[in-house]
Amino acid sequence: MSPVSTIHSRLIYDALKACHIRLLSALPETWLVHLVRMADEDPEMTLVRLAKEEEGVGISAGAHLAGVKSAMLMQNHGFLASINGIVSCAQLYRIPLLMLVSYRGEFGERDPWQTEGGAVTEDLLRALRIPFSYLDHPDHVARRIAKAQTLALAANKPVALLLCRDLMWEEGG
Amino acid sequence: MKRLDALRAIYSFLEDRVVVTIMGAVAAELQSIGHRANFFYLQHAMGLASSMGLGIALTRPDRQVIVLDGDGSVLMNLGGLTTLARYRPRNLVHVVFDNESLLSVGGFPTATSTGTDLAAIAAAAGVRRTATARTLDEFRGAFDEAIAARDLTTIVAKVDAVGPSKYVTELSLLENRFAFQRYLAII
Ligand SMILES: Cc1ncc(C[n+]2csc(CCOP(=O)(O)OP(=O)(O)O)c2C)c(N)n1
Ligand SMILES: [Mg+2]
Repeated sequence: MSPVSTIHSRLIYDALKACHIRLLSALPETWLVHLVRMADEDPEMTLVRLAKEEEGVGISAGAHLAGVKSAMLMQNHGFLASINGIVSCAQLYRIPLLMLVSYRGEFGERDPWQTEGGAVTEDLLRALRIPFSYLDHPDHVARRIAKAQTLALAANKPVALLLCRDLMWEEGG
Repeated sequence: MKRLDALRAIYSFLEDRVVVTIMGAVAAELQSIGHRANFFYLQHAMGLASSMGLGIALTRPDRQVIVLDGDGSVLMNLGGLTTLARYRPRNLVHVVFDNESLLSVGGFPTATSTGTDLAAIAAAAGVRRTATARTLDEFRGAFDEAIAARDLTTIVAKVDAVGPSKYVTELSLLENRFAFQRYLAII
């Protein structure tokens, strides 16, 4: 069985549903497998599987202007791959984006290839002035997702939630 | 074929449809014919006009969406063609004005000038209906067929690498964005 937490993935997914998210764009990685599956199995959710994460910025922008709430699911390297879209579409045009970003390469990371991206993720978010917070404990998942969406909609800007190892991964260490 | 003439040929159809265009020359030309609240011009964010069109088409299946794209822009988001094909929004017509050039930034040639075939790429990406139009008549025919077919279609319109003398228009980006959102809210 995969050590990715099904229970916490469900918590995150239910919180997105409670925020009336009806479209989810995703480029999967290990930590996101359950979330993508939940979206795929949910007849109320439009799941858009992407070739590259930046497409999700355009799709969410279109959905927002059309009146539908959406979110993006990606890993931090997908955030890196989306930066021009975030700046030149979402920020330039004041589009609220709710970005759920799995935070690979932080403390506890065993995969050497994740470590460079992990080390620059927060600095890039700050440089882009994207408000962000962490999802690292089940107790605050629902509240933080709701508050992140509230801010994104009030500011008409992208916001990010970093999905942390302590929440997503069940194996010790 | 001049892109301006191609736009004029379909303008009466665009008048009450949801239209998303790329930046620069295309946006300025469509505005020179006549701006409407249902036209959104995605300035600057290269490649994402088709993704935006997909976002609208999937969430508003009741509306016909027309994306007016460019060769350079499509080349920057070839993966987006595979996503378009995968979700196959039947209410989306994807027009690519291929002038074999990055016209809006000085006219440097793109790979379509040396043989890259965007209609073939779209077909290989899985878009079932594709067409290449070299004359105004072919373009109008392909466009009418795409609308009648009620299916995702990519039309590559080979156009001359000419455009307006300037690209900045009176319309501010945010004014366009909010008016477009209001338009979508009431239809
Ligand atoms: C990421 C990025 N790189 C470069 C540019 C500069 N740029 C603006 S328009 C354009 C050319 C667009 O080409 P195409 O889609 O073929 O449209 P055309 O100008 O030919 O109508 C370029 C390169 C940009 N906006 N974004
Ligand atoms: Mg061009």
